[in-house]
Amino acid sequence: MKSLLKLSDLDAGYDGSVVLRNISLDVYPDDFIGIIGPNGGGKTTLLRVILGLVKPLSGRIDFSSGNLRMSEIGYLPQIAQGDTLFPVTVEDVVLSGLMINKGVFGRMTHADKRRAREVINDLGLGNTIGQPLNELSGGQLQRVYLARAIIGSPRLLLLDEPANFVDPTFEADFYEKLKVLNQRMAIMMVSHDVGTISSYVKSFACVNGTIHYHPHDKITDEDLRAYGCPIQLVTHGDVPHVVLKKH
Amino acid sequence: MGSLFEYTFVVKSLLGALFASITAGIVGTYIVSRRMVFLSGGITHASFGGIGLGYYLGVNPVAGAALFGLSSALGIEYLSDKGRMREDSAIGILWAFGMAVGIIFIYLTPGYAPNLMGYLFGSILTVTWGDIIILGIMSVVLIFYTILFYRLILYISFDESYARTFTNRVGLFKYLSVGLTGLAIVFNIRMAGVILIISLLTIPANIVSLFTRKYSRIIIWSFVISFIGISTGFAFSWVTGLPTGAVIVFVLVIFWLLSHLMRALLRRGASKNTSSVTLK
Repeated sequence: MKSLLKLSDLDAGYDGSVVLRNISLDVYPDDFIGIIGPNGGGKTTLLRVILGLVKPLSGRIDFSSGNLRMSEIGYLPQIAQGDTLFPVTVEDVVLSGLMINKGVFGRMTHADKRRAREVINDLGLGNTIGQPLNELSGGQLQRVYLARAIIGSPRLLLLDEPANFVDPTFEADFYEKLKVLNQRMAIMMVSHDVGTISSYVKSFACVNGTIHYHPHDKITDEDLRAYGCPIQLVTHGDVPHVVLKKH
Repeated sequence: MGSLFEYTFVVKSLLGALFASITAGIVGTYIVSRRMVFLSGGITHASFGGIGLGYYLGVNPVAGAALFGLSSALGIEYLSDKGRMREDSAIGILWAFGMAVGIIFIYLTPGYAPNLMGYLFGSILTVTWGDIIILGIMSVVLIFYTILFYRLILYISFDESYARTFTNRVGLFKYLSVGLTGLAIVFNIRMAGVILIISLLTIPANIVSLFTRKYSRIIIWSFVISFIGISTGFAFSWVTGLPTGAVIVFVLVIFWLLSHLMRALLRRGASKNTSSVTLK
């Protein structure tokens, strides 16, 4: 199978400081990769490099083997910067996921609006289509941003901690939806919650300044130590614990 | 003569109201939605420096104001964009600096000290046909800019960070929008005045935001409310001899109070309906 995306010997960083060194990774069309690692390890930077928002200092990103175009990459940022008090509706926000194909004039057709309705309905947001964002819950808002990421039918979906703000009752449903999406697109998903995502991802990539690809859906403490990729304590409710494997 | 003067005055007033309303609709919606009202205040006050400079050099004060307004708008955006200075600090400095420069140049202008009241509080009597033409051109530019690039302006304003994933022209359009905002504000100074223009831009968009959260609707209805408010203000100002800008603001504030009252009544009606349904 041809890879969608190939990163080779890539270095990247900001303002002269190198955050990622010697990154090499092949992403295939049916991949579902959990990107894990400590805070500041470069997980988000890796996604931003793929999106072209951070220019690599050296190395190569090759989209050619899978004929992947930038417009075929969907993105859900870690903390969406959107101002929820800004006067836009759910439909407006979701349609913005099509802007990459529209140029500066950004005309939306009836077909675009139909597609937006489909995606919004699929994610269980049908009754919110004309609503402003400040009337939505955190979980609904996150689904709106997921809808924005997938409306363009991407072949590669980049998710940066997508379960943020998603209430626990919807979290499993959210990941199940990603599993369904993975049938038609590759997914790279940053998460701190290794235990939960190990039920959904097919492989891991530990990112801590550099990258270690782990081609299995289960990862152990020993693996992480071997990859030099300590996972920090995170809190679930009031009880802090190391997130490793299932819990 | 009297009727010709009255006819000219009425035509000028109506055109002025129309163009100022277009500015209030488009620019007002932009600055209120982007929470840039304080920045707009900074631009208007900084442009007072240009008015003073214009008087001192013997050129049209509005040209000086446009120069100061545009450079302060772009300067504030640049400083906050690069993270070199907090935006509110940059605005505060330029706000006071512009006023200080204006006062110094007017003080230094030889001969009769110009009447500044028209610039500070607005007066249709000081508006020339040249001003109306410039306002008209500005309105056409704003309309075309908004219609052509509606989605891009909307999405960059809503989520600049995400917009960078689909266009590399975020910076260009941000500066274009802020630059046009600066110029539009300055060209309305003769009508509403440095001190009062901010309310012309803020109140109509605020009123409409109470009833809709759709950007395009806020633009259209802000235009309508502004036109009614400004025309009513002109009429009162003409009849009573009170300063135009102040009367317009007064009328708009009354509209604002009435709209809050109306919204409260609508909500009460809606909740009554809901409770009656629940009771059934």
